[in-house]
Amino acid sequence: MTLPIFFGCTFIAFGPALGLFLFTIARDPLRIIILIAGAFFWLVSLLFSSLIWFITVKASDPWDEPLQKGLLIFGVMFSVLLQEAFRFLYYKLLRKAIEGLVSLSEDGCSPISIQQMAYVAGMGFGLMSSAFSMINLLADALGPGTIGIHGDSQLYFLTSAFMTMVLIFLRTFWGILFFRGCEHQRWQEIAAVVVMHLAISGSTFYNPLYTGSLMPSYLLMATAATWAYLLSGGSAQNLWRFLLCLQSDANPQLES
Amino acid sequence: MITFMNNSDSEEEPCNERTSLMSAESPPVPSYQDGLQASQAGEAQAHRKRRTGSSRSPNNIADGETSDSGVPVREGILENEEEELTLKYGAKHVIMLFVPVTLCMIVVVATIKSVRFYTEKNGQLIYTPFTEDTPSVGQRLLNSVLNTIIMISVIVVMTVFLVLLYKYRCYKFIHGWLILSSLMLLFLFTYIYLGEVLKTYNVAMDYPTLILVIWNFGAVGMICIHWKGPLQLQQAYLIMISALMALVFIKYLPEWSAWVILGAISIYDLMAVLCPKGPLRMLVETAQERNEPIFPALIYSSAMIWTVGMAKPDTAARRSSQQAWDAAEDGRENHRSPSHADSQMSERRSPVPTRPITSFEELEEEERGVKLGLGDFIFYSVLVGKAAATASGDWNTTLACFVAILIGLCLTLLLLAVFKKALPALPISITFGLIFYFSTDNLVRPFMDTLASHQLYI
Repeated sequence: MTLPIFFGCTFIAFGPALGLFLFTIARDPLRIIILIAGAFFWLVSLLFSSLIWFITVKASDPWDEPLQKGLLIFGVMFSVLLQEAFRFLYYKLLRKAIEGLVSLSEDGCSPISIQQMAYVAGMGFGLMSSAFSMINLLADALGPGTIGIHGDSQLYFLTSAFMTMVLIFLRTFWGILFFRGCEHQRWQEIAAVVVMHLAISGSTFYNPLYTGSLMPSYLLMATAATWAYLLSGGSAQNLWRFLLCLQSDANPQLES
Repeated sequence: MITFMNNSDSEEEPCNERTSLMSAESPPVPSYQDGLQASQAGEAQAHRKRRTGSSRSPNNIADGETSDSGVPVREGILENEEEELTLKYGAKHVIMLFVPVTLCMIVVVATIKSVRFYTEKNGQLIYTPFTEDTPSVGQRLLNSVLNTIIMISVIVVMTVFLVLLYKYRCYKFIHGWLILSSLMLLFLFTYIYLGEVLKTYNVAMDYPTLILVIWNFGAVGMICIHWKGPLQLQQAYLIMISALMALVFIKYLPEWSAWVILGAISIYDLMAVLCPKGPLRMLVETAQERNEPIFPALIYSSAMIWTVGMAKPDTAARRSSQQAWDAAEDGRENHRSPSHADSQMSERRSPVPTRPITSFEELEEEERGVKLGLGDFIFYSVLVGKAAATASGDWNTTLACFVAILIGLCLTLLLLAVFKKALPALPISITFGLIFYFSTDNLVRPFMDTLASHQLYI
């Protein structure tokens, strides 16, 4: 176990996100700030949802198993809704920030667009939530032990890492979709994000039947990715041209 | 305490407030254990800086009561440009502070999690004489409050002493004190730290190697901090010193006392910087009366230079470098952060400024950066380190406190941009940090643990 599992799971879970961070966010201080503020908002939403869950648990009978399970399900769903609510609040804050930035800039346009903010905010939410899910696991993975010795699944760490990775991506895409929905007052997109989130969280109830949770998550991620890409102005031609440019070593056009 | 530093001397007035920013005479920073005082000294400096810088360019440096005397006419014209520039580069300043704060916290958390020495209870400082090994909760609470009162009064007394020393111009005493305390930090504490790390990893080191390493580390540190050195080396030393001090606090402060002290210190910081009767204000006013620069003692500065250009020989800069040399000869005090003088003389990097050049006479060298007192570093790291040490082995709490502190810092810098006056950096961050520590440890942890045990994801 220990080191190989630790490094393996860390890179599975955080590798792609780290790459995205390094290449798109790390250069621009404004984006870093938005990222951290996004992480903060997610944290606050988690705080409130844990508060509610904690109160319900304390107010109920701890020995009643089905009730506790029910409360947990309620806690998870409530947390999902609260996260999306805080995403909306963050959207409002960023809108105001953009207005401030525009008024202060010399040429009347903001140094960062709302779409970029959407991406970074989604990333912030994703990174923080995955850090919270994964870090204790990773710390435990570093120490001695055997997974699944009591009959639980032996793939616990690996599947957690994969689930975390998919959730980071999903949250990033949801950020883009959600903000776009808010921008253009299209409630379908917002509703779609909320429904997707509830579906993903619900599917994790199938764990340890991983085909029930991981497969749908990856499929949903592919869907969300395509949707976000199309909404951000991408198209199949762009993709094709990008791939062709790479192959032919022509002037690479970097599109942000 | 946070302030923007903005030294611009384009005026040719002999001894105006602005030129006094250049060098650093030292203000008395009492002793290493009062990182707070260091931060207050820093605040003092910041105030100073703010006063002096304000008439010229308000990079969030406010107008103090006394600075209105020399306000030039051009201020109004420049102000808007300055504001834009400030807020445009404001994000950069925030990141320039995020990075060292993060580094300091990482060092502290890494040490706490790996080296057992700093989490073992081996007695307490004399500033916190009451023990917390009492049977009842009430008694424990009372003891921790008493400890806090003693600690804060020690700090207040020291600050007042410092102000008095400064008022009566006992500079040599102060210099000596500071050099002594930085010697102790750089040599003794580093030796202990190195010893513990080597013990933890079971690495043998012979005495000659040890002496060589410690001697080099300490000597270079003294030079960098008290005299001159490359900016990044100075910053690295300041970060290491803050980390060492934070570790000392984490080790020797009993649990509940530490939390109450953190809370009390942020309230004290708030009052000392903002209240008109605070000792720091008096320090600043005294320095202002004497037209002396406030030392950058125990201040971390992230200086960046934007060279706009020079239209005329910069007599002010020459004067400042002269002052800087004088100050260097006098012996700087502790933790001399990359001084403006250093930055001006040695660091000429930077990019094309984008602001429009309005007139030839206005070209000057401007240095833009943010300063944060080392005391702030220390207390941030104490909070995060305590969270790492005592939060039931949970990393979520540490992470939450870390994000909370960064956001508090961000908000403080935002307020700095809005209010344009020197602000205490502790209150907002520590408040957020404390809230998040207690709530994450008690509320979020059970929730996340339950979720993890069922492998549910939210």
